[in-house]
Amino acid sequence: MSEPEVDIIDQVVSQEYKYGFVTDIEMDTAPKGLNEDIVRFISAKKNEPEWMLEYRLKAFRYWLKMEEPNWQNFNYPKINYQDIIYYAAPKQKIALDSLDQVDPELLKTFEKLGISLLEQKRLTGVAVDAVFDSVSIATTFKEQLKEKGVIFCAISEAVHKHPDLVKKYLSSVVPYTDNYFAALNSAVFSDGSFVYIPKGVRCPMELSTYFRINAENTGQFERTLIIADEGSYVSYLEGCTAPMRDENQLHAAVVELIALEKAEIKYSTVQNWYPGDKEGKGGIYNFVTKRGICEGAYAKISWTQVETGSAITWKYPSCILKGDYSTGEFFSVAVTNNAQVADTGTKMIHIGKHTKSRIVSKGISAGKSHNSYRGLVKVNKKAEHARNYTQCDSMLIGDRSGAHTFPYIEVNNNTATLEHEASTSKIGEDQIFYCSQRGIGLEEAISLIVNGFCKEVLNQLPMEFAVEAQKLLAVSLEGSVG
Amino acid sequence: MLKIENLKASIEGKSILNGINLDIKPGEVHAIMGPNGAGKSTLSAVLAGRNDYEVTEGVVDFLGKDLLDMSPEDRAREGLFLAFQYPIEIPGVSTTNFLKTAINEKRKYLGLEPMEATDFLKFMRSKMEEMEMDKSLTSRSLNEGFSGGEKKRNEVFQMAMLEPKLAILDETDSGLDIDALRLVSAGVNKLRNPDRSFLVITHYQRLLDYIVPDFVHVLYKGRIVKSGDASLAKELEVKGYDWIKQEVEAAV
Ligand SMILES: Nc1ncnc2c1ncn2[C@@H]1O[C@H](COP(=O)(O)OP(=O)(O)OP(=O)(O)O)[C@@H](O)[C@H]1O
Ligand SMILES: [Mg+2]
Repeated sequence: MSEPEVDIIDQVVSQEYKYGFVTDIEMDTAPKGLNEDIVRFISAKKNEPEWMLEYRLKAFRYWLKMEEPNWQNFNYPKINYQDIIYYAAPKQKIALDSLDQVDPELLKTFEKLGISLLEQKRLTGVAVDAVFDSVSIATTFKEQLKEKGVIFCAISEAVHKHPDLVKKYLSSVVPYTDNYFAALNSAVFSDGSFVYIPKGVRCPMELSTYFRINAENTGQFERTLIIADEGSYVSYLEGCTAPMRDENQLHAAVVELIALEKAEIKYSTVQNWYPGDKEGKGGIYNFVTKRGICEGAYAKISWTQVETGSAITWKYPSCILKGDYSTGEFFSVAVTNNAQVADTGTKMIHIGKHTKSRIVSKGISAGKSHNSYRGLVKVNKKAEHARNYTQCDSMLIGDRSGAHTFPYIEVNNNTATLEHEASTSKIGEDQIFYCSQRGIGLEEAISLIVNGFCKEVLNQLPMEFAVEAQKLLAVSLEGSVG
Repeated sequence: MLKIENLKASIEGKSILNGINLDIKPGEVHAIMGPNGAGKSTLSAVLAGRNDYEVTEGVVDFLGKDLLDMSPEDRAREGLFLAFQYPIEIPGVSTTNFLKTAINEKRKYLGLEPMEATDFLKFMRSKMEEMEMDKSLTSRSLNEGFSGGEKKRNEVFQMAMLEPKLAILDETDSGLDIDALRLVSAGVNKLRNPDRSFLVITHYQRLLDYIVPDFVHVLYKGRIVKSGDASLAKELEVKGYDWIKQEVEAAV
């Protein structure tokens, strides 16, 4: 890299995380640490039926026998699982019937995050489920959704009100035996969203869950379960933030999607957990298991993610393409700056005939961060005429960051067609000079170039969120260049 | 408009501009010619503010301001435009979006409100008509996959949109077919007015048949070694540069 670029990198250094505030609210918390009593405590707090507790305990006992994985392309300090609080909830009556009963402090918190839970100010066309630490605070537009037969509620509520669906599908895509963090989540998951779209229904609005970690020393272990019955359609969005804290916090969620015949699920994430400071102190460890299954023929699942926050992101939203002619898509933008690490990608498992998958991954690394794409495309023996197209592009900003690609391919049927394209580019001085010659300043130029680079992915997001995501990209890269 | 005095610049310790003097008045068109490697692109880059070059001596006054003291973006916002010899590609960013950003950044600098989207589109449409630009080009990613000629036409289109006070065209005619050359020249001529000046860098007299310059300068080894009117370009077309080179060597 030439001199001038280095100069400017050093010049602009400040990066603000504007969601770093803490809400002062009385909390009901479990004692630190993890044992069977804690698992029972959580289950009791939620007033859970016996079968749910049994499931948790099985998962917990299994977890005890497991080892933390270590195949990733980064190091992180050992997590002391006995030093984490596994349950924290605002002190409040459990069953909330109306928003009037929600603590005003909480409403204010979400207001500040740009998520209004109040009727008059809500984003039109988007129903929101707001999760604060371990509990779901409120779900909006419930009534309107009910008319169509759509169920959108906290998973703790679904356990009581829709036990058949929960029993049938929970853990059906991500069994607790799947991996270390999935087992942990299954034992201690606190809350999250539950969605069921009935046969032939096109969900009339975007569904969205907003996760907020507030309490100190707390882990967040939410669980999301989305079922799209035959011929239905839903677009779901997930957003998240956390206060700035010096210690690391663990976020180990599990998301399961089930798309039955001809159903389509579009799942979008705009992840903006606190990334830690410039030196890498603090920040969220984001270890998430997300997987969807196209259970029936012609089903479709699309994952779109914009990952800008977290100290470490470690996640691979995946699709099991079981139904013939089913489709899986993965569109990802992962931005890392300063000392952040992202190891993310997808798995596309082709089981049915004529199944199709498409992967578009855009990694942007600045500062001394590391950004890895890791993906698996697996074509099973019976998956006749499977197709995959993979495109992995990396962009480097400055010369201290790293981009890595680990594409794994396993093909057991020779009728498969797989295409892979990869590229690495650098925001060049030439591009920046060209912009500045047109009167476009440095930060604006970076944001323009980066947004251009990610365009294919951003285009997948619903309009309002695409705009948010664009701004977020600009903020995340503030002070990164160049 | 632009007054360059004894401008010297070097890169990596190698001196490239060795004392340039040039005075461009409002409304004038100056052409710069000269053999490959003479320093023509270097001059345009130094004027535009490319920071790879070190200015070792000299002053440049642009509309009463010290040009060399300004950042490249401020020079642009003050009305300096450079049509690049090799335009840069910016994947995923349409010309439309790029120009909207550029115009609004300039307006911000001038203390004006950003342009409304509809006004911008109207303005752009009228400029596209004026420059005979094809719609398909402005919606595509900036310069990505454009042919050489398309890139050059896009530069001139950007110039029309940004309405500069001084436009430097670095070999905008190279790589253009005969029709495109005519279109580009017509475009430039439409933009000529008493308040706007041009510095046209070219190797070919052909362009100057369309854009008739007030002055022609020959740049050689980082110096302007000969100046004249439009007829000088015609003379060069016939005689080449050898006689000028010899004159220069003889004078040393
Ligand atoms: N980055 C650089 N490092 C070293 N030498 C350079 C660099 N950039 C330009 N030069 C040299 O400076 C001299 C002038 O180059 P410049 O591009 O200004 O020439 P030009 O007159 O525009 O030529 P052409 O007609 O071929 O476009 C050349 O000898 C070139 O090799
Ligand atoms: Mg040149």
